[in-house]
Amino acid sequence: MATIPIGADRTIATRRAARRGLRALRQAPLIPLAILAVLVSVAILAPVLAPHGRLDPVKPTQEQCLAKYGTPDCPYVDNVPPFWSRGGRLETPLGTDFLGRDVLSRLMYGARISLIVALTGALFAGAIGTVLGVLAGYMGRWWDEIIMRITDAWLTLPSLVFAILLSSVRGPGLWNVVLILALVFWSRYSRAVRGEVLSIRERDFVKLAEISGIGKLTIIWRHLIPNVMNTVVVLFSLQVGVAVIIEASLSFLGVGVPPPEPSWGLMMAQERESLMEGRWWLEIFPGTCVTLLVLSANMLGDWLRVRLDPQLRNR
Amino acid sequence: MDSSLLAVRDLRKHFPVGGSLFGKARGVVKAVDGVSFTIGSGETLGLVGESGCGKTTTSKLVLAAEEPTAGTIEFEGRNIADLSRADLQDYRAKVQVVFQDPYSSLSPRMRVGDIIAEPIKAHEALSAAEVRGRVTELLELVGLRPDAARLFPHEFSGGQRQRLAIARALSTRTRLVVLDEPVSALDVSIRAHIITLLEELQQRLGVSYLFIAHDLAAVAHVSQRTAVMYLGKLVEVGDSLELCAGPLHPYTKALFAASLPSHPDESREEIVLSGEVPSALSPPRGCSFHPRCPFAMPRCSEQEPRLLEASPGRRVACHLYSAS
Amino acid sequence: MAPLLRVSDLRAHYVGFGGTRVVKAVDGVSFSVEAGETFGLVGESGCGKTTTCHAIVRLLSPSGRIVSGRIELEGEDLVKKSQAEMRRIRGRRIATILQDPMASLDPLFSIYDQVAEPAYYHRSLRGRSLRQRVMELLAAVRIPSPERRMKDFPHQLSGGMRQRIVGAIAQAGGPRLIIADEPTTNLDVTIQLQYLNLLKDLQRATGVALIFVTHNLGIVAKMCDRVGVMYAGKIVEMQSVRGLFYRARHPYTKALLDSIPKLGVRQPLYGIPGQPPDLSALPAGCAFHPRCQRATDRCRVEEPRQHSPNGDGHVRCWLPIEEAAARG
Repeated sequence: MATIPIGADRTIATRRAARRGLRALRQAPLIPLAILAVLVSVAILAPVLAPHGRLDPVKPTQEQCLAKYGTPDCPYVDNVPPFWSRGGRLETPLGTDFLGRDVLSRLMYGARISLIVALTGALFAGAIGTVLGVLAGYMGRWWDEIIMRITDAWLTLPSLVFAILLSSVRGPGLWNVVLILALVFWSRYSRAVRGEVLSIRERDFVKLAEISGIGKLTIIWRHLIPNVMNTVVVLFSLQVGVAVIIEASLSFLGVGVPPPEPSWGLMMAQERESLMEGRWWLEIFPGTCVTLLVLSANMLGDWLRVRLDPQLRNR
Repeated sequence: MDSSLLAVRDLRKHFPVGGSLFGKARGVVKAVDGVSFTIGSGETLGLVGESGCGKTTTSKLVLAAEEPTAGTIEFEGRNIADLSRADLQDYRAKVQVVFQDPYSSLSPRMRVGDIIAEPIKAHEALSAAEVRGRVTELLELVGLRPDAARLFPHEFSGGQRQRLAIARALSTRTRLVVLDEPVSALDVSIRAHIITLLEELQQRLGVSYLFIAHDLAAVAHVSQRTAVMYLGKLVEVGDSLELCAGPLHPYTKALFAASLPSHPDESREEIVLSGEVPSALSPPRGCSFHPRCPFAMPRCSEQEPRLLEASPGRRVACHLYSAS
Repeated sequence: MAPLLRVSDLRAHYVGFGGTRVVKAVDGVSFSVEAGETFGLVGESGCGKTTTCHAIVRLLSPSGRIVSGRIELEGEDLVKKSQAEMRRIRGRRIATILQDPMASLDPLFSIYDQVAEPAYYHRSLRGRSLRQRVMELLAAVRIPSPERRMKDFPHQLSGGMRQRIVGAIAQAGGPRLIIADEPTTNLDVTIQLQYLNLLKDLQRATGVALIFVTHNLGIVAKMCDRVGVMYAGKIVEMQSVRGLFYRARHPYTKALLDSIPKLGVRQPLYGIPGQPPDLSALPAGCAFHPRCQRATDRCRVEEPRQHSPNGDGHVRCWLPIEEAAARG
């Protein structure tokens, strides 16, 4: 029997894959990636990088105390503007808040909390939603009926109101926020995943596995979940952005991460009047951080959507 | 007759239509309606018919992916409806399938080695090294190099993918392979390779094929016997070469007339069928082919013809050939 | 007299990824179609036959470009036309029937609306005469009781019926040339025969020329007068249909003919070794040489020119099959 040499094919394929990799890198959204990298490394290195503590006020100089309170000695000076404004100091480059704490340091520590909450929240939601979606899509019948009716009901819940309700039951706290995010957002995943599974299970390789007598759990684990991962990863990156906003909203409403720990949402919440009173830096800086994170996550998600789709990828 | 590997007797599959979860069904589609055939060890039976004639449903029944409404499927002398769970697993190991589209039949996220090994792992307790050895053997059997096992399906062309699908189908001491249009999706220049490979594998391994296709020439080329199906019933069964030389049933004749010439001066008896295949929801009374049949007699619209022996080894369901 | 359509040295390339990847889908294709004849364009998937058709009606996808060449329809070069001018040509002078005729009907419009559209725009028919024309067209494609049927919507018709509606739409603008791109690929054999016969009848009645794109040599044998065999973006052999089947000159054509099972004959089939070529990474010399049994050193280096061994048609091969050898 003639053996078809596939060696030549393989080197071509590998070379093509390498070329494709390079091209993918060139097309990657470099700015969002860079922003995310900076945010993540700042969050990790916050204790090293932060010029001041996150909870304690910055010790003021005598001139500052004199200028503000008329005495040379005071515990802190509040609402110092950023360094380029009049009255600003290089020591607190982005100013201080109403308790004289350094805004930059709090933003750095806040990145930790906001990222942990958003990533783990979206991850748990993804895990719950994927499992339920695969079960509904593959097992069909009453599994599908029950899971999808719950999902539909869940999707109609106003997520913020639901989150407030949950947190008023559970009380504020970082891991409670994570739990809330998971409970609120799983339905987004399950609906998308179910749709995907409905089409995958009609593909011949799933039918082949069924015909060869392979168990349902094995089929789910080996054939379905790897093939819905594209969708899940993309949804995840989009949900991270939404989770940051929800976390901020919850903290803003006083049911999120409890003070004095800094999270970006909380920082904005505690200073809600300051914008009106001219202390813009207390709102703008955490707001910018939230915007940057959400935008980069969305852009990355969009790029992933194209990258992970073999049909779009090769265009 | 009982020496056959697979014996299908009076197989029926009816699907209710129009019913919802709670409502009652409004009608019944008789997708397969009284089909009987046998496949011997090492033999190929071709099953020809147009879309909607029930050949895919027949294959699903044989693969135990659907349960028949009535009738029996005997494999190695045992009715598969009576098999225990363990024996049914064994049946699933011995009866495998190759689908039409090699792009959809291989999971894009699995390595080729794992794809081929999947049925082996499900049915046999072998060590990892033994499985690897079997995969290597299988790859060589279908004319691919053993290092293909490490690659992903997208690194192969359509013809090579179909070879992989065949290797997978043969991985578990397979006795019968259902070939569901195995070459229709391939490039013309590749089809001959796959057909030749299938023929060689049959000679080497003694495996049987149920070859389902709409291309008469390909079916007649591969199979010893050919069965022609129309609206859920077999209308003619016989030796492939004899069937080609002299089709008896008017529908078979029309199929041959419609199959395209192999060169421009080939003259054919022109039988152009009027109309289209009627809906299986309300098949015509009597012979289901009579509304399109150029030779229809009054009797055809009243009495259903049975599949009777017209000559040794040749059965036809047509009043033209049954003594009245 | 000048032919109805003359395509000379057409090159259409797809450019992707900022110019890093060029797919030469059509690379120097020349052929002509006379009024009323059927020209077959045969080849495997990815040989450029569909791109050739899209280039003729100037409907290449955004990444595709006609790089050079001329497409002369009754003496006018279509390559130089603006898209606005092309709109007046498509449907009116060249009609197309696409690969999936089932999907080319819009489910939201009635049969009447869809058949009337080209006649409305290109023949400026209105009111009663438009109605009359639609009736004639439906009758011509043998739709029973056209009066009643034209109020129907596509989902109310059977597959074969829809097929014929697509044929009627192609006729509606009164074209001189119809390009049919694999119009019967997904059809059952008996319906396929009905449809092919219908196209032949229409051609006889109206004298329209057909370009039939297919990978099925059986369809070629039944339908075509002349055939061009495409491989890797080039026409490697062009002949009358009888010439092609009895005296194939290019090794690829011969191999294709030998690889098809013939009804009632159980000969071993010839399998062409290797894989269809990747158009973005073609081998040097003749693109077919890696799969050709007759290939010599020259074939691996130098691309064969087009030449005509004895007047009828032409072939691109350094070592075309001799007539006697082809017969034996």
